[in-house]
Amino acid sequence: MSTQATTRPSPPARSDAGPAVEVVDLVKRYGRSGRPAVDGLGFAVRRGEVFGLLGPNGAGKTTTVGVLTTRVTPTSGHATVAGIDVATDPVAARAVLGVVPQRPNLDRSQATTSPDELSGGQAQRLIIARGLMHDPQVLFLDEPSTGLDPQARLFVHDRVADLAASGVTIVLTTHDMDEAAKLADRVGIVDHGKLLALDSPSALVAALPGEATIDLVLTGADAATVRGRVGELRGVAGVDDRTGETDETVRLRVRCDGEAGAALPPVLGAVAATGATVHQVELGEPTLEDVFIDLTGRGLR
Amino acid sequence: MTAPARTVSQGRAFLGVLGRDLAVTGKEFGSFISQVLVQPFFLLFVFGVVLGQLGYVTPGYAQLLLPGLLALNAFFVAVQATALPLVIDFSYTKEIEDRLLAPLSTRLVAVEKIVFGAMRGLFGSLVMIPVGYLVLDRVDWDLAGLPFAALLLVLGSLAGGAAGLVIGTLVSPRRINVVFAVVITPLLFTGSTQFPFLQLENLRWFQVVCAFNPITYVSEGLRGALTPSVPHLPGWVCLLALVASCAIFGYVGLRGFVRRALD
Repeated sequence: MSTQATTRPSPPARSDAGPAVEVVDLVKRYGRSGRPAVDGLGFAVRRGEVFGLLGPNGAGKTTTVGVLTTRVTPTSGHATVAGIDVATDPVAARAVLGVVPQRPNLDRSQATTSPDELSGGQAQRLIIARGLMHDPQVLFLDEPSTGLDPQARLFVHDRVADLAASGVTIVLTTHDMDEAAKLADRVGIVDHGKLLALDSPSALVAALPGEATIDLVLTGADAATVRGRVGELRGVAGVDDRTGETDETVRLRVRCDGEAGAALPPVLGAVAATGATVHQVELGEPTLEDVFIDLTGRGLR
Repeated sequence: MTAPARTVSQGRAFLGVLGRDLAVTGKEFGSFISQVLVQPFFLLFVFGVVLGQLGYVTPGYAQLLLPGLLALNAFFVAVQATALPLVIDFSYTKEIEDRLLAPLSTRLVAVEKIVFGAMRGLFGSLVMIPVGYLVLDRVDWDLAGLPFAALLLVLGSLAGGAAGLVIGTLVSPRRINVVFAVVITPLLFTGSTQFPFLQLENLRWFQVVCAFNPITYVSEGLRGALTPSVPHLPGWVCLLALVASCAIFGYVGLRGFVRRALD
């Protein structure tokens, strides 16, 4: 503490022990409009962690990152980056954080190439490099791979992994559950401005009832009837209706205890008993998407 | 290991952001200089040379016009340099968000925009001097008035930069063309650029209109300093009016900027 005080005179309370990012009871209401974009959000990000905010568009992720990167003034609540209060000391906060914004905002008048001539992937590389130029302690990436081709997306993912390995704390937002599961040490699931769950991707998935999934596409019976029959089976933890509004077929996801293969014969038998015809069967494991559906009753997109 | 905190002073960050904007101007120097010179050159040439040779204006008119054009460029180039990029930045390119992440208070980012616009305005005004010497047969300036003239040009440029901040933060990109047509054109012709303010006594309403245009005080002050034989407003009135313009536009512009910059 004493040596730090001499080398770092200005910002108070910059202890390395505290969380890299802390958000407490954060509320943001735009204008006087009714529902807040962020509604009492709270979480802490450990130093060196890759933290993902996962939620559908409009969940309040970008607003939260906006507050943390000093672009949005919070209505109430408290947010710190590297121990610095972003609302009361934005200038000091800007020195320790880096941002990769959702929309590319490179200078049009860049040296030899105009950013309009760069591909999405090249622009994103440049933006990440720019965000790291001042050696930030925390890097915020808002939807870092939205709109990128698979190759550029992979590049972004690799960079995030490299940065995390070098000790930079990373906060990223995404509506892509695969991205969240792949990159983040811990994921906060956000909807309507509230935090619904917070844990490592594997722990979130493990907390779901059921260890395996069976996806069924069928016709000839209504979803409710089939759900009822299948749901009664022993070894079935739950049945989600995943039929889209425009789908002509019924799509169900059966979550089962133990191995999917063992549960399959009785499930297919129960479906057949309702008079339905099965067109497609797929076995798998539950994902963060299932966690989201379990929490909100609807899909991510 | 965490990197040690970088304690960059706000002053250094300010200079860094300003340096970046100036470097960009340097890169587009050709297009910048043509934007700055073409209009006043033609004004000077047609009103100062062509009409003079045709005998429609008296030979001394060019002497009156040149300080006015210096004033006009100082204010106008600054307005445009600040307003146009901001309108686009805030609406489409979002380049401004990058500047707002500099370790610099949001207000200082706005001040940087004013100072940058003012520097371009000042430059645009100064390049009119050699143009004047080239286009006109002779330029009779009282060189003792140069320091005061320089002060007026700096203030006029700053007022222009601040006015540009007001326009740039208040006007939406869809309306910027309309605003430039209805605001800029009247400003162009009510700044006492092409006539001495005090001789408008028989056109009182127009004189009152001109009194609300900050360019009037730059033009009049410059005439007082450089061509004192032309009737002009007293220097202290011009100084006071320009300081007031800077303060008013600066206050409104900074408020507008902070409102646009922070959600």
